[in-house]
Amino acid sequence: MLELKNVETYYGNIKALKGISLFVGDGEIITLIGANGAGKSTTLMTICGITPARIGDILFEKKSIRSLEPNRIVSLGISQVPEGRRIFPLLTVAENLDMGAFLRNDRAEIQKDLDYVFTLFPILKKRIHQQGGTLSGGEQQMLAISRALMSKPRLLLLDEPSLGLAPLAVQQIFQMIQKINSENKTTILLVEQNAFMALKVAHRGYVMENGTITLEGPAVDLLKDERIKRAYLGL
Amino acid sequence: MEYFLELLLGGLTRGSIYALIALGYTMVYGIIELINFAHGEIYMIGAFTALIIASVLTFHGFTGFSVLILASVVAVIYSAAYGYTVEKIAYKPLRQAPRLSPLISAIGMSIFLQNYVLIAQTSDFLPFPNLIPELPFLEEYSHIMGPAQLLIVITTAVVTIILTLFIKFTKTGKAMRATAQDRNMAMLMGVNVNKIISNTFIIGSALAAIGGVLIASHIGRINFYIGFIAGIKAFTAAVLGGIGSIPGAVLGGLVLGWTESFATGYVSSDYEDVFAFLLLVLILIFRPAGLLGRSAIQKV
Repeated sequence: MLELKNVETYYGNIKALKGISLFVGDGEIITLIGANGAGKSTTLMTICGITPARIGDILFEKKSIRSLEPNRIVSLGISQVPEGRRIFPLLTVAENLDMGAFLRNDRAEIQKDLDYVFTLFPILKKRIHQQGGTLSGGEQQMLAISRALMSKPRLLLLDEPSLGLAPLAVQQIFQMIQKINSENKTTILLVEQNAFMALKVAHRGYVMENGTITLEGPAVDLLKDERIKRAYLGL
Repeated sequence: MEYFLELLLGGLTRGSIYALIALGYTMVYGIIELINFAHGEIYMIGAFTALIIASVLTFHGFTGFSVLILASVVAVIYSAAYGYTVEKIAYKPLRQAPRLSPLISAIGMSIFLQNYVLIAQTSDFLPFPNLIPELPFLEEYSHIMGPAQLLIVITTAVVTIILTLFIKFTKTGKAMRATAQDRNMAMLMGVNVNKIISNTFIIGSALAAIGGVLIASHIGRINFYIGFIAGIKAFTAAVLGGIGSIPGAVLGGLVLGWTESFATGYVSSDYEDVFAFLLLVLILIFRPAGLLGRSAIQKV
């Protein structure tokens, strides 16, 4: 579904991604783990066209999306829940969800998807007229995921959905990620620092360090890998 | 009492015009955090376009209200095109540049447009025909409120209400608010941010043109320089109200209009600008975010 081929991204003269190659298959949950500053978020922003790749190619369903504008990339079916949730603070919950469906005009279908996200996260329905900025961290994360789902993505990019959440909320978010993947066949690329949780829900994983991918493989294998245990799982 | 009422209504008229122009400043600032110094010139170009169209129409035998409507429509379209073009030429190429660069570009654009009109037209004041018809029911009160003033106040009220509804309920309006709050996130929602920015300039310029036509037919004369002082005043109004806030721009415009009106009426017309800017200084000292502005927390 998604393939990155030797992608390099720069911030000014600083090389943030030093030739990333990865592959996400249809219906998979892939996780990208690594320490702070490894380039995980940059990888997602590069896929979405916010920080375009300078070298290499990005294929989505076999077509290059490397030089497309972000709004065109969204229209192809890629949606991102960025780090820090990035809820529109002064828009109500309903308006935030409307923004998720910005490129869609099929009213009846939008309503259906709205009902669907309310079954995933019933609390959002109670908060519907509240401003996004007044929600708690966990609620904002739920809203951010719901907002991304409102564009009916085929590929969902999640950046640190567990960051700053209470343990119970983390559990809930990961359950929902699995549910979204199995119920809707939504392919998911999950960036996480919480390597243990991420590898438990993912099919395959990639490990990033300093802008390169240092290790990859099935999630079950990575969970057993000694290097990963030491570096990321604290075992 | 009657004198007070006269000043009150005079201030309301003046403030309405400031509000119309301030809306353009505040909307542009809200979206791209730029003080569009060329905005006053757009207002001036609106007045000139209306003057040209009105002269042509009057020459061909049209009269009164129909001339005003036609001239306004053309002025609005023409100014909107100017606003759109200014953004594309002077600001869009500087989108990634440090914030000072587009600001300087804006000042340059302002000077350019002034001189362009100066060369293309004239440096003299041109008489602007009175296009606003007499309203019989107002005659009794003509000393405190003429038909032009009434029209200005009503137009501003109607335009503000339409704009507020547009921003609140339409898809483009929501996208504008989203872009103002978090531009990259709006992009990730599929918003074409360049289009939203263009729309903002178009709407702001159209409002300025309406203001230009109204004030020109009220005052009765225009020249290439009217945009400068009106622009500064409207900018003051936008800051007073809290730049980035739409109700703030309207409130700021009215407060400024009343301040000037009462200062002129009770002190001396020489002190009109002194009080206007004194008010600005006081607001900036005691309420830096403006009357309705919210102080933004700068993320580091």
